[in-house]
Amino acid sequence: MAITGEKFLKKDSLPHMWCQGCGNGVALSSLLRSFERLKYTPQDTVIVSGIGCWGKADDYIATNALHVTHGRALPFATGVKAVNPDLHVVVLMGDGDGVTIGGNHFIHAARRNIDLTAIVVNNYNYGMTGGQFSATTPADSITSTTAYGNPERDFDICTLAEAAGANFVGRSTIYHGRLMDNLIKEALSKKGFSLVEIISPCPTHFGRKNKMKTAVDMLNLYKQNGVTKDKYEKMSPSEQSNAILIGKLVDKDAPDFNTRYEEIRQKAI
Amino acid sequence: MRKEVILAGSGGQGLVLGGVILGEAAMLEGKNVVQTQSYGIATRGGFSQSEVIISDEEIIFQQVEKADVILTLTQETMDMYKDTPDAVILYDSDLIEAQSGPQFHGYPFTKMAIELGNAGTLNVIALGFISALTNIVTLDSLRTVLTNRFGKKAALNLKALQKGVDLASSLNQKEAIS
Amino acid sequence: MSRTPILMQGNQAIAEGAIYAGARFFAGYPITPSSEIAEECSKKLPKIGGVYMQMEDEIASVGAIVGASLTGVKSFTATSGPGFSLMQENLGMAIMGEVPCVIINVQRSGPSTGLATKPSQSDVMQIKWGRHGDQAIIALAPASVEECFLLTVKAFNMSEKFRVPVILAADEIVGHMRENFALPEPGEVEVVDRKKPEVSPDEYRPFEPQADYVSPLASYGSEYVFHITSSMCGPEGFSNNDAEIATWKIDQLHKKLEVHRDEIVETKTFLMDDEPEIVFITFGATTRVARAAAIAAREAGTKAGVLQLVTIWPFPELEVIKYGSNAKTIVVPEMNYSGQIAEEIQRLLGYNADIRRVNKYNGEVITPQDIMKVLSL
Repeated sequence: MAITGEKFLKKDSLPHMWCQGCGNGVALSSLLRSFERLKYTPQDTVIVSGIGCWGKADDYIATNALHVTHGRALPFATGVKAVNPDLHVVVLMGDGDGVTIGGNHFIHAARRNIDLTAIVVNNYNYGMTGGQFSATTPADSITSTTAYGNPERDFDICTLAEAAGANFVGRSTIYHGRLMDNLIKEALSKKGFSLVEIISPCPTHFGRKNKMKTAVDMLNLYKQNGVTKDKYEKMSPSEQSNAILIGKLVDKDAPDFNTRYEEIRQKAI
Repeated sequence: MRKEVILAGSGGQGLVLGGVILGEAAMLEGKNVVQTQSYGIATRGGFSQSEVIISDEEIIFQQVEKADVILTLTQETMDMYKDTPDAVILYDSDLIEAQSGPQFHGYPFTKMAIELGNAGTLNVIALGFISALTNIVTLDSLRTVLTNRFGKKAALNLKALQKGVDLASSLNQKEAIS
Repeated sequence: MSRTPILMQGNQAIAEGAIYAGARFFAGYPITPSSEIAEECSKKLPKIGGVYMQMEDEIASVGAIVGASLTGVKSFTATSGPGFSLMQENLGMAIMGEVPCVIINVQRSGPSTGLATKPSQSDVMQIKWGRHGDQAIIALAPASVEECFLLTVKAFNMSEKFRVPVILAADEIVGHMRENFALPEPGEVEVVDRKKPEVSPDEYRPFEPQADYVSPLASYGSEYVFHITSSMCGPEGFSNNDAEIATWKIDQLHKKLEVHRDEIVETKTFLMDDEPEIVFITFGATTRVARAAAIAAREAGTKAGVLQLVTIWPFPELEVIKYGSNAKTIVVPEMNYSGQIAEEIQRLLGYNADIRRVNKYNGEVITPQDIMKVLSL
């Protein structure tokens, strides 16, 4: 039987609120298929989400869910996991939520290596509030608050997670469907902090303002520019600056927070 | 019976711990105790003081209003408290200008503690002295608290306590303050 | 209280009270003058199967305790002014999500960094109104080490019973003060657990309307699957923009405390039996100086008594009117400039009432002499 993830879809909440051409639905279906592949149940899974377009995904998921304040999903998820290590805790954040307002929580969750899976859908801007720039908006991009171009540099979410100590880091785009499925499934299975960054089109705001009029234009760009690590490393710096590095980037097995806490706890008792 | 004690100096001199030891000893004698502290942002140095009130009755207002005994370990705190009426005032004679008057008792407490092997015992020497000079708390109670609290290091602290007692006995003017 | 009394610090009594009440998760960020609570929890919780976490900031601390509480584990945090300011955001989330948890605020001088080691009682209004949006909250203020323990237990009980965050509004004086205190034996003080659902998992809704406005709360990881949100939501816990739902939800947040008002509000009286002409109305540590002043006033021939507001939010309006209306003079000592409690009393007793404020906001404690000055006794 085909894996559809359908039993995890909360159908009575449909139709969803996302724009035409948005990648969130694609990312959601990949996530739900992974739940099914890994035989998760609604009872043993908790989705924690923040504020933003991708942060609304919990409305369409039939597991436990906790929808919280902007940027703070990781601390809430940390509390859930710290006292109940048996739960699968999956944190859904956009680039604004995850690494802009929530940047501090992001690096500390990775440093603690708490066993959470963070799925950051990066559409390079704040979609919900009208397309303002975020910490992942590339320099010089036009957004509704960088009318003449973005003077700031962008974060590389994966490098940030790696430097902060995450056990698993991978990046895909919405175009690379099978890679996305595999990365999400591996990230969910990995003990410790794992991050999957999914580059996703926001044709309504970011695309329209940056000469990518349709979602198809944006997907074509992902197809053209998406390169794996081997290829990426052979590229010149100028080629690299246009490329999107995709694939599994970090895969370690450092002990997670709960394991370390239990080890230390043995000294107390 | 109500007795009020101030241990004043700077951060790191063990004043809070000194107050706690005094309070715990008084509790062994069935007294009510309130211990409060006032300090600045520095863990070492800066103004710090510990107040202890010991009473048979319920202690309502928590601060010292009329001190019976004051230990000062800095010039600043001596200047604050030297005019306190009817209080016995102990001070470290190496750190503070000599004071004249029957209420003042200056000894090189810090130096004595270092000679014993641990500057941290200075508050215990002072407590031994206070116990021997006044009837605020008995030596037995202080010994019990030190033994329970310090385990392996109790011997050194008991020695420090005795040192304070010996200082007080060397005074001919030993008097119970009631 | 059958155990041997020990010389216990207020902050330690708060940690002990939380553990006694069943708390098994603490997430916090160190700050003077509350850090002893974190230290105590870091030592004790691992031994009893609990978890101590030190978070990256106070925003995260409240997030973590809300998450942990939703798995069914009683959770709390402790802080002081600057940290309490950071906590407002997720405290609002806890109120909206109706998640039981306890926040200890050992108040210190402010604004901002203020006097880091000095006491204050200036967060009274922040506790009530510090977050955006309209909401009700419970806050209790201890005046002794024993009350630090008992009111922490009560804070957890109220929090569990009414699905609401509860603030323990302590201050540096009671937090750092040591007094004789014997820890109660298990069972000696009542401990309340949250109402669990009795319906089948299919029927369960996390905000199911109830006659007493308190919906049973399931736990993540149980057979119940549920959704909690910071957005306006209906009984099923999914965000909903209907005007009718918004009205219902905001009513719910207020009414669950209004209908249980008598159970929540606690006051204590001292020397109040003979309708004294001077009534001190106090909360927290300044209760002690007022009691001392009342005794002194009586020794000087003037009848005086004290009404201690143990619960400060919801405000004990009935008690203030009952004990305050017949007094000739009301005296309200507070470690703040603006008379945050005095204003509430004035609102109830009228602007012609003789309400004398004793305000000190320099980090020093209010003394009996400070009070006698306004009474010219």
